[in-house]
Amino acid sequence: MAELPPHMRPDRSFQGLILALQRYWADYGCVILQPYDMEVGAGTFHPATTLRALGPHAWNAAYVQPSRRPKDGRYGENPNRLQHYYQFQVILKPSPPELQDLYLNSLAAIGIDKAFHDLRFVEDDWESPTLGAWGLGWECWCDGMEVSQFTYFQQVAGFECAPVSGELTYGLERLACYLQGVDSIMDLNFNGRAGNQKVMYRDVFLQAEQEYSRHNFEFADTDMLFEQFRMAEAACRKYLDAGWDTEHAHHLMALPAYDQCIKASHIFNLLDARGVISVTERQSYILRVRDLARACGEAWLKTAGGGTH
Amino acid sequence: MPDLLLELFSEEIPARMQARAAEDLRKMVTDRLVDAGLVYEGATAFATPRRLALAVQGIPARQPDLKEEKKGPRVGAPEAAVQGFLKSAGLASIAEATIQRDPKKGEFYVALVEKPGRPAIDVLAEILPVVIRTFPWPKSMRWGERSSRSGALAWVRPLHSILATFGPETETPDIVPFAVDGIAAGNATRGHRFLAPRVIHASHFADYAAKLERAKVVLDPARRREIILTDAKHLAFAQGFELVEDPALLEEVAGLVEWPVVLMGTFDHDFLRLPPEVIRTTIRVNQKCFVVRAQPAPEGTQGSPVSSLSPQGGEEKSGPRGGEGRPALANKFILVANTEAADGGAAIVAGNERVIRARLADAKFFYETDLRHWRDVPLDMRLMKFKDIVFHEKLGTQWERIERIERLAAELAPLLGADAEKARRAARLAKADLLTGMVGEFPELQGLMGKYYARATGEDESVAVACEEHYKPVGPGDRVPGNPVSVAVALADKFDTLVGFWAIDERPTGSKDPYALRRAALGIVRLVLSNEIRLRLKQVVDLAYREIDRHIVGPGEVLSVDDTREDLVGFFADRLVVLLKEQGARHDLVNAALHVGARFIAEGEPIYEQDDLLLIVRRVEALGKFLDTEDGKNLLAGYKRATNIIRIEERRDKTEYTGEPSAELYRQAEEWELARAIDTAAAEASAAVAREDFAAAMSAMAKLRPHVDAFFDKVTVNVDDPPVRANRLKLLNRIRAATGTVADFSRIAG
Ligand SMILES: Nc1ncnc2c1ncn2[C@@H]1O[C@H](COP(=O)(O)OP(=O)(O)O)[C@@H](O)[C@H]1O
Ligand SMILES: [Mg+2]
Repeated sequence: MAELPPHMRPDRSFQGLILALQRYWADYGCVILQPYDMEVGAGTFHPATTLRALGPHAWNAAYVQPSRRPKDGRYGENPNRLQHYYQFQVILKPSPPELQDLYLNSLAAIGIDKAFHDLRFVEDDWESPTLGAWGLGWECWCDGMEVSQFTYFQQVAGFECAPVSGELTYGLERLACYLQGVDSIMDLNFNGRAGNQKVMYRDVFLQAEQEYSRHNFEFADTDMLFEQFRMAEAACRKYLDAGWDTEHAHHLMALPAYDQCIKASHIFNLLDARGVISVTERQSYILRVRDLARACGEAWLKTAGGGTH
Repeated sequence: MPDLLLELFSEEIPARMQARAAEDLRKMVTDRLVDAGLVYEGATAFATPRRLALAVQGIPARQPDLKEEKKGPRVGAPEAAVQGFLKSAGLASIAEATIQRDPKKGEFYVALVEKPGRPAIDVLAEILPVVIRTFPWPKSMRWGERSSRSGALAWVRPLHSILATFGPETETPDIVPFAVDGIAAGNATRGHRFLAPRVIHASHFADYAAKLERAKVVLDPARRREIILTDAKHLAFAQGFELVEDPALLEEVAGLVEWPVVLMGTFDHDFLRLPPEVIRTTIRVNQKCFVVRAQPAPEGTQGSPVSSLSPQGGEEKSGPRGGEGRPALANKFILVANTEAADGGAAIVAGNERVIRARLADAKFFYETDLRHWRDVPLDMRLMKFKDIVFHEKLGTQWERIERIERLAAELAPLLGADAEKARRAARLAKADLLTGMVGEFPELQGLMGKYYARATGEDESVAVACEEHYKPVGPGDRVPGNPVSVAVALADKFDTLVGFWAIDERPTGSKDPYALRRAALGIVRLVLSNEIRLRLKQVVDLAYREIDRHIVGPGEVLSVDDTREDLVGFFADRLVVLLKEQGARHDLVNAALHVGARFIAEGEPIYEQDDLLLIVRRVEALGKFLDTEDGKNLLAGYKRATNIIRIEERRDKTEYTGEPSAELYRQAEEWELARAIDTAAAEASAAVAREDFAAAMSAMAKLRPHVDAFFDKVTVNVDDPPVRANRLKLLNRIRAATGTVADFSRIAG
């Protein structure tokens, strides 16, 4: 890290942080992917994690994933909560024995020196009711700040993971706040430059946070969203049905079907943020998405990627 | 004798599971040792975030040899049977067996089988893998390459190494030879993750513990707690503060560190405007840090120790008072790090301060937004949201439930000396904070935030307090509120819950009580008793049922009001018995008081007449005192004697001696006198019971005693004249009937 020019250093530059993590995991041997081109709530939804976690094939990948959490919108006023933020996601399958050390070394690579910091693995079992997925692991703390989520996937889409993957999710903005020593995400230096060349996080995203908070909480068209939910659900089922071969042994359209599942999930999140889903209905929507995820997982396991020849 | 040292070294074990896991490990290993005939001297287990360790001292080097007699076939049995016996007993010829006689079987063969004990280390090599494979973690997982194979090891988090040594203190111990799912036991472990990550080789426990300590691992959780507590207290004290102790947090924090280092940080003074519970919860739940307060003022100083420290800012009444006269929180917190940092902890403190600042800013945001919302939006508008929130699918929405509680609280209020309007208001308001941002973020602040927000929006103090107190008492140790408005809402809330779930037939069964109905019933019992409230349970149940009835939605079983009432009163009776027993009351006396007037329909639960908890308790007290007197003891003895005689005679004659005895058949003065005494005592006792003067009722009964004694002294019951005999039995039976208004003496022991 010492040899990096100042504007590329992870402790000065948000993009420098991303690049350093990519470099580290690329060097480990991961496939460095680009973000999935759909709205998702977390990096886990990327098919490179959800679907690749199923089946027997080894798979190591890392990528940034913009994550949308409509309910977390605060009109850009909360120092560390956004409705759109970046996760850096790493998936290693099977989980290597030295995964914790790999993770800690990645922190060293972005400038968190264990001689000065208190790094901790605090129990936090991960569960995604919509994905029918769960795993055991921790929140990783650096001096009391939750900077990552560390999970050994046990089940995804209702299927046992065999073998188990290790998943690391870095909350990039919070990590960057920590590294740059600022209190608010909006105050992050995005490009690492100084003076009038400096671009701040607020310059890039403040307006978006305000506009989307307004949209998510006040104006998102709920009639349209309800309709879209139904459409995505129906399309998912349709593609799943159409994708099976006659013996139900191979599936030919797991990925497009899964896209519709992701879509339904995001639409549900928007409806939820709009407060138009009652407590009882909420559960049934979650179950509907989970059913889709399950069916997609089942289909994926009957594709080449899922281990069927 | 040799000792066993076992360590299971893994990735971080959740703090909340460590203590239990250490105990499970100790028990599982030692139980199996004992089963294998290896009686040990002592065993201690330890846990840190990364290891479970067990030291067992004084295990015999070998199992004792076992001699066993094995019975064989009769002498002269068919050859095949004899051969089978030889084989199973391991004998070469039948000459090696002895012959025994049995009066029934005659002569038969017996073989003396000797089973030599095995070396303990071999036994351990069998026991330990089983323990590891069957360890009862609340949740366990698979990991890595092997996770796709069937039979892969499951552990709480990935298990990295096993250390298992066995041998006498004076020698280098052996490694217990076993492996679990590819992990072979050895004598190696590692020190602190950051401060001493290198491999350590350990022999015996003393060597192991000492080496770990050098490698910055405090093995014993009790010592880690001790270190944290002492250091935290000192650190706070040195800066003029006092640690707010928190045993549950201490336990948790001690499970998050192997090498505790206590540090202190600061947050902005301005946050002290938040309610202290909010500060504490924010810091504790999210950051697992302790809070501190000003040192208490020395004895005798006057005035509020609070104001000196706290800027009573703004118009909100909810300033930073410590509550109940305790000093306010200070703008400091104490954190426990797991490492000795090169800069003495400066960066760690700075990092924690930043997080706590953000957390408190979040809390402040919620607090201010909530307050603004409460001020700007009328209560009824805010509560509208409850119309969309289902309380239970068969019991309607939260909105409906609040309406029920409101009406019930208003009806109960006069019985409790509470203002009905205030009770109504408090009930309406009590759940409103469930809709706030703060409670959404910190559910454990429910009730408390309601109190703060209600105060800040000018509600009557008793109404504000009721928002918090109506949940109480939560557990058996929780304080019981005394404010009549709180009591009214607390009772209404709990009765609504109980009657509702009873009506839809969701009663607790066995260990299943998902709606915490036992707790609700016990809460009612404690509220009633500690506030000395006169309440007919049956009436209140009927009232609550009437309210619920209109909100119940099908389908499914609905219990009638009669069934609900009688069954619930029985449920309350059970809680009362348990509670009074815990408080040291005699079980039989409680039952004697409880069963006055009870009816039994066929088999099964009694239908209780007594449904006024306070009266039942007063009766138990009076009964206890009475039975401590000579009169009481003798009367009880007389009662038992009378009922015994009646029981025996009734059984023999297959008839019941009930009904009035007739005066013409009295032959002796003692009969006349007893009859008269019973009449007087019964009348006096009934009158006293009607006045609820149980002591007087007992005294009235006491007057019976000389007459009962005289009767038994002078009168023979079983005479040859059948009508006279029957009449005497009827007279005795009247004793039972007369005492029944005071207590069911048949349930009293002795
Ligand atoms: N709304 C948000 N804005 C910014 N960062 C967030 C937000 N929510 C979570 N994070 C960060 O992202 C990381 C992963 O978030 P988490 O909620 O644990 O994700 P997941 O749903 O994938 O488990 C967290 O450790 C945290 O640092
Ligand atoms: Mg998390």
